[in-house]
Amino acid sequence: MSEPQQRARSNGDLELVSRAQQGDIEAFEKLVMKYEKKIFRLARNITSNQEDAEDVLQETFLKAYSHLGGFQGNSRFYTWLVRIAVNESLMKLRKRKSDRTVSMDEGIDTGEEIVVREVAVWEDDPEQRHSQTELRAILDQAISSLKPALRTVFVLRDIEELSTEETAQLLGLSIPAVKSRLLRARLQLREKLTRFFRRKGDDVFAYL
Amino acid sequence: MSLLTCKDFLLALNEYLDETEDAALRREVEEHIDECPNCWVVFDTTKKTLQVFKGIQPQDIPEDVHRRLMERLQSRLRHRHGGSKDSESKSKDAKK
Repeated sequence: MSEPQQRARSNGDLELVSRAQQGDIEAFEKLVMKYEKKIFRLARNITSNQEDAEDVLQETFLKAYSHLGGFQGNSRFYTWLVRIAVNESLMKLRKRKSDRTVSMDEGIDTGEEIVVREVAVWEDDPEQRHSQTELRAILDQAISSLKPALRTVFVLRDIEELSTEETAQLLGLSIPAVKSRLLRARLQLREKLTRFFRRKGDDVFAYL
Repeated sequence: MSLLTCKDFLLALNEYLDETEDAALRREVEEHIDECPNCWVVFDTTKKTLQVFKGIQPQDIPEDVHRRLMERLQSRLRHRHGGSKDSESKSKDAKK
């Protein structure tokens, strides 16, 4: 999206937000309808659980409404919603699993985990060869197999397209930690998708 | 000849994919993947991984999930603005 387009869209949001702040319920509902799909996707991606994602969706918009007065308009409304949704999702993760894999602080980033096991070229245009439904199932499976600490960073940086700084701030991580986790997440997803998309009939050296 | 080792290449991969403005780094990565077929495949398939994730549209929200969200919001919103009685105001009345 071009910058003027993005600005126009945010301005539209600001107008709806200011009407909602004055008690216009319909204006708030318009914001909900505009973003519920993306917030639900975000929550599903982080929690990897449909039920939790639905709770997160509801809590996010309820909290957004009750804290609307605190929204200053110096960030995009959507980014503000994402913050609430991420916090709600992390709470769900912590509640659901008490094992260490959920901790955001887990793992010292020594760089030793950065490994590449599977090297194979992909078939051409996987997006054309698989239906959207098939692709979604493949991507969902891949993303939910990542550890939450990696998954959350990947979702914020590569799907929500937040900056490294925003992601670090939101998750309470250092910038090098975000970078290292993003690299591990991308490489692990690459391996997982390679299993689905590798060119059939290829051996490892076929590209030579 | 490429100055990067395969390990260096991996550590620089994200910045390269995120279009770093560091021209020297870009050149070193490009020289490395020109010469190292394995790393070229890693670069190419990681780039495609991101393309697939970014290219997919969010799924429509299931109808029942949308309905329950709107019901819960409406019940809270109306309550807040002194509208018709909902379950929350009823439970308050019951406590009196």
